[in-house]
Amino acid sequence: MKKISTLSATQIRTRRGIFTLGVTTLVSGLVFVVLPKDPQNTSFGFLLGGEWELFRQWDVNSRTGAAIFVALSLACTMYGYFRFLKDKKSLAFTLLGGFSLLMAFLCWAGSGKFIPFTGIVAGGLVLAVPLIFGAMAGVICERSGVINIAIEGQLLAAAFAAGVVASLTKSTFWGLLVAPIAGALISVILATFAIKYQIDQVILGFVINVLVIGITGFFYKKLLIPYQETWNTGPILQPIKIPLLSKIPILGPILFHQTIIVYLMYAAVALTHYYLFKTRWGLRTRAVGEHPTAADSFGIKVNALRFRNVIIAGAVAGLGGAYFTVGAVGAFSKEMTAGKGFIALAALIFGRWSPSVQSRLHFSLDLLTIFKLFYQSSELESPVNSY
Amino acid sequence: MKRLSLKAFILPFLSFFLAIFIGGLLIAFSDPKVLKLRGDFLEMIRVGASTAWSAYVALFQGAIYDPNLAAKGGGQGFYPLSETLVVSGPLILAGLAVALAFRAGLFNIGAQGQFIFGAIGASYVGFTFDLPIVVHVIVAIAFGTFLGGLWGGIAGLLKAKTGAHEVIVTIMLNYVAANFILWLLKTNAFLREGRTDPIAPEVLSNSRLPRFFGEEFRVSAAILVALLVAWLVSVLLDRTTWGYQFKAVGANSTAAKTAGMSVPFVMTSVMIVCGAIAGLGGAVNVLGAEYALTTGIAGSFGFDAITVALLGRAKPLGVVFSAFLFAGLRVGGQMMQARTETPLDLILIVQALIILFIAAPALVKGIFRLKNVSASTGMAAKGWNG
Repeated sequence: MKKISTLSATQIRTRRGIFTLGVTTLVSGLVFVVLPKDPQNTSFGFLLGGEWELFRQWDVNSRTGAAIFVALSLACTMYGYFRFLKDKKSLAFTLLGGFSLLMAFLCWAGSGKFIPFTGIVAGGLVLAVPLIFGAMAGVICERSGVINIAIEGQLLAAAFAAGVVASLTKSTFWGLLVAPIAGALISVILATFAIKYQIDQVILGFVINVLVIGITGFFYKKLLIPYQETWNTGPILQPIKIPLLSKIPILGPILFHQTIIVYLMYAAVALTHYYLFKTRWGLRTRAVGEHPTAADSFGIKVNALRFRNVIIAGAVAGLGGAYFTVGAVGAFSKEMTAGKGFIALAALIFGRWSPSVQSRLHFSLDLLTIFKLFYQSSELESPVNSY
Repeated sequence: MKRLSLKAFILPFLSFFLAIFIGGLLIAFSDPKVLKLRGDFLEMIRVGASTAWSAYVALFQGAIYDPNLAAKGGGQGFYPLSETLVVSGPLILAGLAVALAFRAGLFNIGAQGQFIFGAIGASYVGFTFDLPIVVHVIVAIAFGTFLGGLWGGIAGLLKAKTGAHEVIVTIMLNYVAANFILWLLKTNAFLREGRTDPIAPEVLSNSRLPRFFGEEFRVSAAILVALLVAWLVSVLLDRTTWGYQFKAVGANSTAAKTAGMSVPFVMTSVMIVCGAIAGLGGAVNVLGAEYALTTGIAGSFGFDAITVALLGRAKPLGVVFSAFLFAGLRVGGQMMQARTETPLDLILIVQALIILFIAAPALVKGIFRLKNVSASTGMAAKGWNG
């Protein structure tokens, strides 16, 4: 006999989050604080250049540092649980606790090393760009009732188009302009088959991905490799400093010394949120997604609205795809999106179909990735290899 | 059981024809020779058609029978056919793993990961233990199947207990499996003596599946195992209560629940069975063809399996036929790439187009002005909350 729970789904989720954080904190305490044998100093660098100096560097013994952050995380867990018992929101504390654990990990991993903190976080933000655009595209589609597994294909097609066009015109502007169009074209296929021919959308998305991988791979080998000079040597976007804002210590260079794609990303998150929840279009979109028959009886043209929204979503994903070529390396390479579309999809569900939660979530996912990159590049003995 | 009628083949055949045609256009109009003739349109079509034709001839010769090799004698001309059958075996099994999940309303993208774990299990037993003949191969296959089933079962259990969507879970488990094998092949247990690159020792001769036509032709008992399993799956689906439950949950899980079936049990068990079948695919790939575990052991089997299951309309017999077709395309594609500089990616395009056309019968019917062609896809994967 199952015990009847009086908690709502949200409350159960919150409780699960707090418990997970608590367990992770205890494990981290063991691994980062108790077990290490020969703790050395970890130095965090906080200066990237160009901003007003707040503090340059922070040296701390790796065990002490890890202990501080584990203790902080423990405090967050307890206070979060306290707030949960009083039926208040505790998400902020869960996130803060998670962040503290990351810092504890850094103290432990960077023992005896220098860690350019602002550089890492800025890099994490840049890596998050395609994921956030992809997830925004996913939100718009899913809120209007179309499952979009083809994000990967939209990113890849846009990366290809942006790379080739930027290379042919020698201008990042045209590359950036073409990317959303390419994404939208993939969306036209998605919308036609999903809405007009009513194919199972999960299967359809999967097939579109295969199709785009095939087409871009085909032309990559047939055109981009043999005629690399003209077809695949695109220019790269340069970072733009926003006056004053980029001078803010620590946050400035992270948020306001980036390429235009990152600024577009801020806009995309804000606009998606605003349009979905504050406008008539958003209300209709959500109605069509939640209950199409009801929306139809109110005189909303369900299929037309879905068609338009899927195409808008494709354009948004396309901007994210531009990051891979004009935003990062310039040249296109085969399957260069490497499953980012699927990770965006996973985060979309993890972020509960809401634009604002997602951007925060992505950022933390990407911090993890960049920490991993840093970890690999810093010639530390990886714990995996030593067993 | 419904009798197979000619009509059931019309739609797949037309879809295949259309996809090949579009592929041919791509080959023709991306060729520099053809593009140079920009002024003369008729000449352009003629040269383009001959370019596409020679690419497809190379594809056929690389997949079935190669007269150039036949000159060497000893049936060498059929070497490509043997290779096609070698790829078909694991592909049928992986395809069945996806198809069976479709019948229960689940979309199993995780065949790749399950395949990898099957290969790991079979390889480990194959080179570690020294068992008598027959016993060894059975134990190796059984262990690979077991690991595959375990890997599939994780996704099934998560879906049944927490409602986690199987598409996301299996995609993530694929990443885990792919990285796991990277790591595993660097450990001492799996490192071949005297080698530093990630390759496991070859499995011992007792654990290998017998090859029919000498060591040169790699076609082995793997293909028979695959056909046997396809038959077993069709028996499971059509003749057993358990299989009926799979189909009932796939068709309408609420109705199945009302009828007294345990939906969580069905979801978990179907994913275990699917994982086991895909794991078996990995096992026979190691024991029959490759012998040594490498990081690329699963190739693109897990993803081709999805297209195979879709083309085969999630029916065992259909899966067998479409696996033969796609195996031929894949093996012949290598030859096409080598001889005519047509990238292998063309095969991906053709595969995707075939599925698109099959999934949208209305489109193909419209193009060919057909009426009364059977159009059921036999698949029932659901949305996020289905």
